[in-house]
Amino acid sequence: MNAIWQYANPKKFIDTSERLLPWVAGLAALCLGVGLVWGYFLTPDAERFGATVKIIYLHVPAAMMAISAWFMMLVASLIWIIRRHHVSALAARAAAPVGAVMTVIGLVTGAIWGQPMWGTWWAWDPRLTSFLILFLFYLGYIALWAAIEDDDSAADLTSILCLVGSVFAVLSRYAVNFWNQGLHQGASLSLDKEENVADVFYIPLLVCIAGFVLLFLALVLMRTGTEIRARRMRVLLARERMK
Amino acid sequence: MRALLLRDLRLAMRAGGGFGLAMAFFLIVVVLVPFAVGPRADLHSAIAPGVLWLGALLACLLSLDRIFALDWEDGTLDLLATAPLPLETVVIAKALAHWLTTGLPLVLLAPVLGILLNLAPEAYGALTLSLLVGTPALSVIGAFGAALTVGVKRGGLLLSLLVLPLYVPSLIFGADMVRRAVQQSAFTTPLLLLAGITCGAIALLPFASAAVLRVNLR
Repeated sequence: MNAIWQYANPKKFIDTSERLLPWVAGLAALCLGVGLVWGYFLTPDAERFGATVKIIYLHVPAAMMAISAWFMMLVASLIWIIRRHHVSALAARAAAPVGAVMTVIGLVTGAIWGQPMWGTWWAWDPRLTSFLILFLFYLGYIALWAAIEDDDSAADLTSILCLVGSVFAVLSRYAVNFWNQGLHQGASLSLDKEENVADVFYIPLLVCIAGFVLLFLALVLMRTGTEIRARRMRVLLARERMK
Repeated sequence: MRALLLRDLRLAMRAGGGFGLAMAFFLIVVVLVPFAVGPRADLHSAIAPGVLWLGALLACLLSLDRIFALDWEDGTLDLLATAPLPLETVVIAKALAHWLTTGLPLVLLAPVLGILLNLAPEAYGALTLSLLVGTPALSVIGAFGAALTVGVKRGGLLLSLLVLPLYVPSLIFGADMVRRAVQQSAFTTPLLLLAGITCGAIALLPFASAAVLRVNLR
């Protein structure tokens, strides 16, 4: 049980993450390279959709990671509130901009796909709307981190914001569902359903999703390491000034 | 708690308090909308539910930073935190005072402004009821946002950025309820959902706000 908590030690975390980072980043590059090339050049155009179907290889993984990143921040915030491990708070901080960028990628690729397919860049569809709201949550979270000077206070406040925000994000998701029926198609990747996308598209898509997960992991590891170093540097500088 | 509530009410009523501000803002927003969209009565009545709810929401937002900022600056908040009264109760009292001085006047003002926007006669009851049920949530959520940003200098913009996404569910259900009333269909479902959000916010958010205030007072 103790095994995972030893990485709450920043030194241990940096050592391990630095050893892992090249592997994770390399695997991410490999998966993304293979998945995207396979997806873009080696699959046939889909019936009814033509070549536009290929945006799925960016859109779906980015959208999945946008939600997963928030979930990871929620878990990290809980760990910070309960056990007060600084690495956890910094990991949540490091994940936020990555998640925000994933949200933007999801929205932008969706718009590019929507223009030829639905005839509009933007529709006030539940999924699109809740993603926009999720993006606002990311912005608020990042802005709050940036606004508060004291590190520990900022970590506390943003963690609580993350908890409250999660509840309201879920609420908004159901509220917009209630408010407008959608244009967006339903889930096409469930493991237990008959109606999945055809295997030709499915397998490269899985590779791309794995690539995005690894990419997210690599970015968070790297950014967390940077945050730890930046904080250490500030402390050292402060100590220099004391002398 | 009653003393605190009365004190806050008295402060808000005095000159320089935020009492009239929210109502004046609400009035101005609603008066400006017809200028912006053109003099078409049918259009006005179509967008009236949304505009009235949005105006009330923005007017509520305007006075949020007053909830804690002044007490924070002159040190009253430190005294309140050390008082025997739990900080959660302080938050509830402050949110209640905010609602009584902004939310409740907005509820009373909204039907009058509904006339200006040519709102369908069937919807006045629903409009008042939805605002009456919905605005307490706005005050409680706002108190949470105000508690988060109390230590930030010029935190007004940050406060809006944090609070507006949290207002989305209330806005959706509130405006939807009025819209349904305009179409003369049943509006029990959005009413219950709106009431659910308000009850949940009142029950849970004061704990989060108090925790946040404790961090800020540390």
